Order: sequence, then C-alpha cells, then structure tokens
Amino acid sequence: MLAAAVIALLVAMALTLVRAFVGPRLYNRLLAINVFGTKTVLFISVVGVLSGRPYIFDIALLYALVNFVSTIAVLRLTHLDELLPSSDEGTAR
Amino acid sequence: MSLSLLIDIASGALLLAGCLLVVSGAVGLLRLPDFYTRTHAGSLTDAAGATLLLLGLLLQADGWQSGVRLVLIMLFLLVTSPTAAHALAQAARRDGERLPAGDDEGRR
Repeated sequence: MLAAAVIALLVAMALTLVRAFVGPRLYNRLLAINVFGTKTVLFISVVGVLSGRPYIFDIALLYALVNFVSTIAVLRLTHLDELLPSSDEGTAR
Repeated sequence: MSLSLLIDIASGALLLAGCLLVVSGAVGLLRLPDFYTRTHAGSLTDAAGATLLLLGLLLQADGWQSGVRLVLIMLFLLVTSPTAAHALAQAARRDGERLPAGDDEGRR
C-alpha cells in the first residue's frame, strides 16, 4: 500500500513540476513550487515509514517549515512595499 | 477480525484517500484555467491530502516517537499550507493578477 502511495506522490510531483515550468508568470510557478514542497514532505514521510527509518521524519518536519518560509520570503522579495506593515497605508490600493 | 488487520485496513483506506486527493490536486493544478482556481485546487488538496496520508502513516508508525513526529508534521502542514496559499493569493490579487473573464468586478 505504501508503494502505491510513493508512486502516487511521484506522479503528483511530476504534474506539479509541469505546472511550475509552464506557469505563465511568477504566481503560478510559486504556487506549483509550494505544492511541490508539500509533496516532498509527504514523500519523505512515506519513504521513512516504508524503509523503517523513523528518524527521517525530522527532515520532513524541517522541510515543511523551510517550504513555508521560502514561499513567504519570495513573496516578501517581490512585494517589499505592500507586505511591510509599517509602510503608510494611505497609498491608493 | 484481529486488531492488526483492522489497523491495516484503516491505514490502507486512509492512504488510498490521501493518494487520490494528492493526485487529483496535481491534475487540478494543471487543468484549471485561472490562477485563483489553481490556488484553490493546489492548496485545498494539499492540506486535506496531506492530513489523510499522514493519518494513514500514523497507524503504521511503530513506537510513539515516530508517531509524535508524524503528528507534528501534520500540525505544521495544517497551519502553514493554508496560510501560504492565502498570502500567495493576496499578493497575486494586489499585483493585478487577472480575474476570470466572467468576473466584472473592477480589475486593475
């Protein structure tokens, strides 16, 4: 059953990669990479159980956090003025 | 029906449901026409598929140490995945990402 899960995750990762390459502009690619990161976390967890190595789950845990922080970091990179709470809110939205 | 058989069946069913959601999310990510619908497809199946899959793994995890790690992974995914999707959609909306053609609400 776990092998089926591994295959399904690989298929999902491949499809997400296709969207990452095809995606017209920044946001489709960013969304695809975010989804790909979550799939990687799941892939690591399934392989961890499959191969009987429970200590791999720490890597999956860390990767889940790094994935989230990197998405927010890229958004912060492309939107420095809007995401800063201290920026003056009076500007026309 | 012995307990271990029951656990195997339950974890198999959860894994199957998780896998179906994950693959459907990936297909939805590809086929949906617009960015916002893709965000919906991508992040929704992310959170739900991940939870089901990790619950299925939890039943098969031996020992409480790996079980705690799996629960932590599930909690973090449940918290971070919707937040990231929201931040992404808001940033895209602010940046003037086109809404679907049928929508006539003022677009920049």
